[in-house]
Amino acid sequence: MKARILIALAGVLVLAGVAVAYVGFASARNHDVTATGSVSLVPGPRLLFRSTADADRGHVATVAVTDPGGARTVSPLSCARVYAAGGTGLCLRPDGDLTTYQLVVLDERLLSRREIPLVGLPNRARVSASGRMLAWTVFVTGDSYNGGMFSTRAGILDTATGDLAGTLEDYAVTLDGKPYQAADLNFWGVTFTRDDRQFYATMSTAGHRYLVAGDFAAHTIRTLRENVECPSLSPDGTRVAFKSAIDADPAKGWRLSVLDLTRSVVTPLAETRSVDDQPAWLDNHTIGYGIPRGPGHSDVWSSPADGSGAPKLLIPDAESPAALSP
Amino acid sequence: MYLSTIGRREHAATGSRRKLSAVGANVFALGAVSLVTDVSSEMVTAILPVYLVLGLHLSPAAYGLFDGLYTGATALLRLVGGYVADRVRRRKAVAGVGYALSAVMKLGLLAAGASATAIGAVITLDRAGKGLRTAPRDALITLSAPEPLLGRAFGVHRAMDSVGAFAGPLVALGVLAAVGATNPEAFDAVFVVSFCIAAIGVLLLVLFVRDRRTPRTTQSASVSPRAALALLRGRGVRRLLVAACVLGLATVGDGFVYLLLQHKEDVATGWFPLLAVGTNLSYLLLAAPLGALADRIGRLPVVLGGYGALAVVYLLLAGPVSGWPLFALALALYGAFYAATDGVLMALAGPLLPEALRTTGISLVQTAQALAYFASSVLFGLAWQFWGAELAIGVAAGAAVLAIGVTFVVLSPRRTS
Repeated sequence: MKARILIALAGVLVLAGVAVAYVGFASARNHDVTATGSVSLVPGPRLLFRSTADADRGHVATVAVTDPGGARTVSPLSCARVYAAGGTGLCLRPDGDLTTYQLVVLDERLLSRREIPLVGLPNRARVSASGRMLAWTVFVTGDSYNGGMFSTRAGILDTATGDLAGTLEDYAVTLDGKPYQAADLNFWGVTFTRDDRQFYATMSTAGHRYLVAGDFAAHTIRTLRENVECPSLSPDGTRVAFKSAIDADPAKGWRLSVLDLTRSVVTPLAETRSVDDQPAWLDNHTIGYGIPRGPGHSDVWSSPADGSGAPKLLIPDAESPAALSP
Repeated sequence: MYLSTIGRREHAATGSRRKLSAVGANVFALGAVSLVTDVSSEMVTAILPVYLVLGLHLSPAAYGLFDGLYTGATALLRLVGGYVADRVRRRKAVAGVGYALSAVMKLGLLAAGASATAIGAVITLDRAGKGLRTAPRDALITLSAPEPLLGRAFGVHRAMDSVGAFAGPLVALGVLAAVGATNPEAFDAVFVVSFCIAAIGVLLLVLFVRDRRTPRTTQSASVSPRAALALLRGRGVRRLLVAACVLGLATVGDGFVYLLLQHKEDVATGWFPLLAVGTNLSYLLLAAPLGALADRIGRLPVVLGGYGALAVVYLLLAGPVSGWPLFALALALYGAFYAATDGVLMALAGPLLPEALRTTGISLVQTAQALAYFASSVLFGLAWQFWGAELAIGVAAGAAVLAIGVTFVVLSPRRTS
């Protein structure tokens, strides 16, 4: 017994030593980021993104549209997700500790105009072209990934009136033309139309995922078609870029595609890698999206919206792209 | 004839009633292994959603896939693990493989990087480790404590287990605080620390848990697929399986209970994880006392009382009580339900199973309960969708009451000779 206790003590000491040493090693590599300049959200030929470079991970930065791989301006602001349009920014970031998050409405100089506590993990962020409407998606999880339930919650804020829809689940839903009620409704990936009232989003229920059209003022949502996720409306409002599960099975990956709303024609993009991101229109002909590269790193790529050409590496070590003037 | 002992007051237990240590050093050793292992696994559980969504950018649908990934696979593996443990007469070895597999998978998360496929595989293997170890561990407990003290033994084990589950997220937050939550190394550090703690659990198992190997002559002939099937023909085991299924069917799933609580009170979603904490606290405090109570007044009354508590929880969700009293009462009773049923059902099962096939039998009971639980969750989801929350929870309360009746009829003591 004595020998066993000694072996146990030695083993525990060694393993505890390894754990403590690793934590020490990891914290030694943590360093502060120095901002390289002030980022402006004033519409202009710049691309906004979240940096994933080791030196300034998480910080909001911009590059010139003409030289996206070139010099970047890094701000002191750090976000988990970021988006901006029409001079308004939306930053989803941790609120104190890791368990809670907040939504920050940013002005043109990246200063906070309003902070709203969020519950769940931030996943998507969008701002309407005018900068008036904001939308976000969070994961809401129970206490455990093991058999626990997960759901998403999409919220919308009207910055002009202050109206806040914390979740779209209260909206009146019509599925294939019939009123529909269910406990398992999940919404994510909102994108706004030019009128700052209508929007598109993804709705999932009973194992199906739909493209839905919503009305913020009337609090209504109706389904349009299936297997269209994370829609993103083109600047001219005629097309929706989205990701679709290959063979309608998310386990097989996602294919970026564009839906022509008037002709109801779907065109897959030249990008054949699985893309799990809400696409962003960089202009009326180009779509940008993030592709992860190892833990914590990601690159922004672009592809022509008409399905031609080939994917191009646009901004290395970046994600959450947004064109400040598409 | 085994069944005649189920509901009876166990006079043998009264002599050592006051001494918790009477449950045996092996039970405490197994409890310590579970405690340490749960610290390790719960610290990963606590940060995994953040890691998958923010670190690796998985979308809702991809994240949802991980949820459903392992239900079927681990149920099957549990049966295989149980049978193999009996067949090679090495319950500790099979449990050890399960613990070691889960420990190594903590490093697997590190190695999987951003590949969704690799992460899916790692999580599946991690859960496979859990499936493999649960039945042999519970079988070891039944062999490590005197039969009249089994309720207490399981109570002590489950209480120690919950302490680990409680501490896990706190340890994870401590590591994140030490490393810096925005540090790119933050998640890696949690995984490495989690691995080290899991390895300590394996070490404790290897050094301090003793297996009880019965002589081969009386054993090897009786452990075969045919013998395992014959288990199902035994009246005692069949009744136990019926009871496990009925009890599983009466439980609609934690997620639903918490969602209904939240629904009813419209609390901020930030409180959501705290609901589970409340339940766990109640479970932790009540597991050992209710286990001891089961040894004194009979296991069946305690299990039935547990389902009574569950029925009251469902009624509370549908009833007029609101505000903090509702939360305190519902979560305390929900924890009491787990404390009165989880370990006690195993204490009920243990003595009914021949020693040679005990692990197989326990894995059968656990699998039956898990599958019934899965079915009831799906059914409740549909009921909620088609009938609305109010009616669905009313039906669930009715099912819990019905389960009490059926369990009583099936398991109540009778003369079988």
